[in-house]
Amino acid sequence: MKIRIQGGRLIDPASGLDRITDLYIDSTLIAAIGEAPEGFVADREISADGRLLLPGLVDIQCRMREPGQTRKARIASETRAARAAGITSLCIPPDTLPPIDNSAVIELIHHSNLKAGNLCHLYPIGALTKGLEGEQLSNMAALRDTGCVALSNAFAAFANTLVQRRAMEYAAGLGMLVVIQPRDLSLYANGCAHEGELATRLGLPPVPEAAETAALAKDIELVAQTGARTHFGQLSCARSVEMIRQAKRDGLPVSCDVAMHQLFLVDRDIEDFDTHKLTLPPLRSMRDRDALREGLADGTIDCICSDHQPQDQDSKLAPFPSASPGISALETLLPLGFRLIDEGVIDLPQLVDRLSTAPARIFGLPAGRLAPGEIADAVIVETGRLDVCDPAGFLSAGKNSPFGGWDFSARAVETLLAGKPSSGPQAAELKRRASDR
Amino acid sequence: MSRTELQLTAQGRLRHFLDIEGLSRELLTEILDTAESFIAVSDRSIKKVPLLRGKTVANLFFEASTRTRSTFELAAQRLSADILSLDIKTSATVKGESLLDTLRNLEAMQIDMFVIRHRDSGSAHFFAQHVGPGVSVLNAGDGQHAHPTQAMLDMFTIRRYKEDFTRLRVAIVGDILHSRVARSQIHALNILHTGEVRVIAPPTLLPKAAESLGVRVFHDLDAGLSDVDVVIMLRLQKERMSGALLPSESEYYRLYGLTTERLRRARPDAIVMHPGPANRGIEIESAVMDGPQSVILNQVTYGIAVRMAVMSMIAAQPAEDA
Repeated sequence: MKIRIQGGRLIDPASGLDRITDLYIDSTLIAAIGEAPEGFVADREISADGRLLLPGLVDIQCRMREPGQTRKARIASETRAARAAGITSLCIPPDTLPPIDNSAVIELIHHSNLKAGNLCHLYPIGALTKGLEGEQLSNMAALRDTGCVALSNAFAAFANTLVQRRAMEYAAGLGMLVVIQPRDLSLYANGCAHEGELATRLGLPPVPEAAETAALAKDIELVAQTGARTHFGQLSCARSVEMIRQAKRDGLPVSCDVAMHQLFLVDRDIEDFDTHKLTLPPLRSMRDRDALREGLADGTIDCICSDHQPQDQDSKLAPFPSASPGISALETLLPLGFRLIDEGVIDLPQLVDRLSTAPARIFGLPAGRLAPGEIADAVIVETGRLDVCDPAGFLSAGKNSPFGGWDFSARAVETLLAGKPSSGPQAAELKRRASDR
Repeated sequence: MSRTELQLTAQGRLRHFLDIEGLSRELLTEILDTAESFIAVSDRSIKKVPLLRGKTVANLFFEASTRTRSTFELAAQRLSADILSLDIKTSATVKGESLLDTLRNLEAMQIDMFVIRHRDSGSAHFFAQHVGPGVSVLNAGDGQHAHPTQAMLDMFTIRRYKEDFTRLRVAIVGDILHSRVARSQIHALNILHTGEVRVIAPPTLLPKAAESLGVRVFHDLDAGLSDVDVVIMLRLQKERMSGALLPSESEYYRLYGLTTERLRRARPDAIVMHPGPANRGIEIESAVMDGPQSVILNQVTYGIAVRMAVMSMIAAQPAEDA
């Protein structure tokens, strides 16, 4: 099918393009921008008049809960939510049940995605160690050849630093990206809140900064030793930002991301013991939040992820320390991103870069660009119309969001995946929302 | 709803009793004054008043307790309530669903007031958020967060021996980090405008931002005890040694054990308190515990009156769906 998307403000950070123009799609690829190719006759015209046309968003940390915890969510429900929210590519961390350490699990994920209608591109991140047990190296080359885009041990610990070093060395030999969420589990202990005034007052088991920074310091040293290209996920501390800034200055092959909620919420927000604000790493201080925002603006932090963790209702229905952590974050990723613009943290091209271009580049995904010859993953965004966030209306199976009641002014109105406009879910959802008014 | 709003009615009266933080000086004083009137009841040969007649109180203890549980029981009985006491054996992996199910099953038995102790900070608020209208929750200790009736009986004890909080120096000694009692005491002392509140402990037993609670921090017992009017000792849990928080009981006693000798640093009329159960020879010397400055057993007696006061004040609120 040939499609002309007409009149949108097209942003492509990689080429620096930012202008109102037309986009031509031929089958799965972008055929041209601006002038129609010779003899191009559109089968379908989509108007993006007065709207933004961006590359589809790339979320590098999204839990689908499948396989293993399908009572919480499924690939079908979560890709539907992602697609409607403008996200076209998703990376799945390896801590599924069983973990992503063999080709059978990867095939299962792709099979489920196909069955669900192939609403998003899914990219599994393979386990660095067998069973995520931190002892034996996984079959990394096999994982790479079955489509893993990176390797990680998720939140699981390595048996010792030697195993971690060898895992990173071996991955480096294969040219694979290593993803690390820096955490020293012994310093985490049973903590559930940032070690600061709030945890002191509420008597919540604290998570010190060093639970992240001590691990990060060690991890950076291992990057220097092994040369493994390493991406650090979901940083939460001001000091971590400074350490990455220094590592980049030193020329180390590192990159990092921050979860969207860390750019908005702080420890003081858990004053009311609201379990929807229970996250790991915990919500930190205002100083940390500001440093994360600064790092995002100056490029120290390369990308923003959703760190999507859908939970069923019972998992949050418990006293704070016993509740399950995580936020259902797919459907707030884009609107919160636009709040960053409204609050003057970053500008629109920077936002598109952090949410699409940069993560695609770091993880080596065919995404994040609007240019001729690229896969036609694109999202049309409407801005300027106020919408109050209502988690009960999420398409995700997880309704666990602390952002209920927040004002959002941006939303995806059409998301194309490989040249295919969304038919079912997004159209239906928009219709439903329209009738709610 | 904020934590303070949750425990008060629209008129600012006690709806639940979850936490000292956020309560007014007037309300704390009212609790103390009400408790004073119940002291007389306990001295009578017929120790009962009919304020809670026809009401049912359930003691729901997910953690072990002797003193708190039995004084709540006696307080309820002296107010003529029916009382149901449950010890709920739980594993460390108890799930939220079953907690709420326990609560809902008991609610179905028309319980009016729950007295709850649970290992999670914030659990009392959690229960209070989920009980029906007209049902109240009294926090008998939630994790490391709060133990408000203990703090109020401590304030009652101090007020019985010392007149004016504004002129007092009070030192709390021991494991502040893990202590819900200390947190509630500190809030209560500050709300009552205590002259100076000190905490004395090694850094490993202090929360990171201790000063933000409104206390002066001391690591040295002798310096911290100097010229204080009230010494509150906290219990040292044995498991603190295995967690590498302390080297040994003997070293703790050497640094922080309250002996007759060390008590001389305090004012001569200083009183010594302990929420119990005390470890003789670990945090406190027997001679001090049984000595003339100790008011430890009086604290237990006052505990009944204070718990009667809180229960009667909550029961005096008309049922509403706040």
